[in-house]
Amino acid sequence: MIYLDYNATAPTDPRVIEAMRTYFAELYANPSSIHTPGQKAKQAVEHSREVLANFLNARPEEVYFTSGGTEADNLAIKGLAFAQDKRKKIIYSSIEHHAVMNTCKYMSKFGYEIISVPVDRYGVVDLNFIEEKTDEDTLIISVMHANNEVGTIQPIREIAQIAHKYGAVFHTDAVQTVGKIDIDIMELEVDMLSLSGHKFYGPKGVGALIVKKGIKFDALLHGGHHERNHRAGTENVPGIVGLAKACELAQAEIPDEEKRLKELRDRLWQGLNSQISEIQLNGHPEKRLANTLNFSVKYVEGESLILSLNAESICASTGSACSSGSLEPSHVLLAMGIPAEIAHGSLRFSLGRWTKPEEIEKVIDVLPGIVEKLRQMSPLYKK
Amino acid sequence: MEYSQKVMEHFMNPKNVGEIVNPDGVGTCGNPVCGDLMTFYIKVEPKTDDLNSARIVDIRFKTFGCAAAIAVASMASEMVKGKTLSEIKNLTRNEVAEELDGLPPIKLHCSNL
Repeated sequence: MIYLDYNATAPTDPRVIEAMRTYFAELYANPSSIHTPGQKAKQAVEHSREVLANFLNARPEEVYFTSGGTEADNLAIKGLAFAQDKRKKIIYSSIEHHAVMNTCKYMSKFGYEIISVPVDRYGVVDLNFIEEKTDEDTLIISVMHANNEVGTIQPIREIAQIAHKYGAVFHTDAVQTVGKIDIDIMELEVDMLSLSGHKFYGPKGVGALIVKKGIKFDALLHGGHHERNHRAGTENVPGIVGLAKACELAQAEIPDEEKRLKELRDRLWQGLNSQISEIQLNGHPEKRLANTLNFSVKYVEGESLILSLNAESICASTGSACSSGSLEPSHVLLAMGIPAEIAHGSLRFSLGRWTKPEEIEKVIDVLPGIVEKLRQMSPLYKK
Repeated sequence: MEYSQKVMEHFMNPKNVGEIVNPDGVGTCGNPVCGDLMTFYIKVEPKTDDLNSARIVDIRFKTFGCAAAIAVASMASEMVKGKTLSEIKNLTRNEVAEELDGLPPIKLHCSNL
């Protein structure tokens, strides 16, 4: 199998699994227990918190472990809103992951005005628009660090500065960037940051929200005093340990890995673009995640491409409606001004730690023939 | 989304793909904006208005669409080939979907085409 869907999820690194193993059947005690095994589990959680904080240049007390990226996004937006009643405006980008977008939309039920920020054709948010809409009534601006579908990296520091001018909080969904590019939340001036373990070789079911000291937010889950009263529930100790291990591995590997993946990705694009006519790159040509390649194949539909690739044991994804369980193509591609029929023909290859050059060559060998077969079937295609 | 074995068979090896030069009938429906577009070409013998004797002797299709759209077109073309127009005029999308061992609910619209 050739797995090129790392932005959807990544395999857990064997070194992460190894680090977690002890915390299932040996050091299984509850970190809230005062006996020795309990305190050992607690130490593991607190050590992991330090590792994570160090990785992002945050403080340990700014780390709140969650069940993943979606919970972190919900906790940031709802938690902030429920902790105050003065500011009534929420600003988010039109290309946010559904975890942010649908949370913001939900908040309109509680009297919040929600504003969606447009993007340009490369998927970069409109800073002028944000500047124009942000005011003293703005509670939060939430803009993702990099987009999951096209990989475009956003100017989040500039957005954070706009937010701060008006006393608003800046939140970023960094699920696609943590572990892929170096992140320093002090330098980026981020107030809240969401991350997820399984996107960078950690386990599924664990993530974190980083919240700068001094920002008040409510818990979504009430119960015990875990995570300093901000997230009740017995800690997912193996998951948290695995998340920390994934951070350590990423920290050591990021610069080389970024370079390696970029070369492979650019080879993939060059190889395909030289053989297949009428394909177009989606996303920013440079300001883009090194592992992400998204393009549209004119005259064919993405699901057909994915299933044909799947028959060759190649795993990728598409922004076509047909893949999503809805009838609308990707909101990200539409927001970038890409016509619906072109969005339906989009393909995303996302590379990762185990992607090999020969796998890329195999895709370059196979895809042109698949496209040709489907185009021969297409009433839109005139040779 | 899970497709039946039959859908996948028709998707991977669709029957009757193509166009007919000088067809007796052409029908197009759908819209590429919503992700589905299909064109059918038919050849009928003998050339008569009598639906009971006019028979589809050849049928071809082209489609821009997902696997379900391709499979439905392929299956429908197989089902009507050789039949008289009166025999097929009541063919429904459900009958085609049934022949394919069902379609995921969200995909049923594909067979409307």
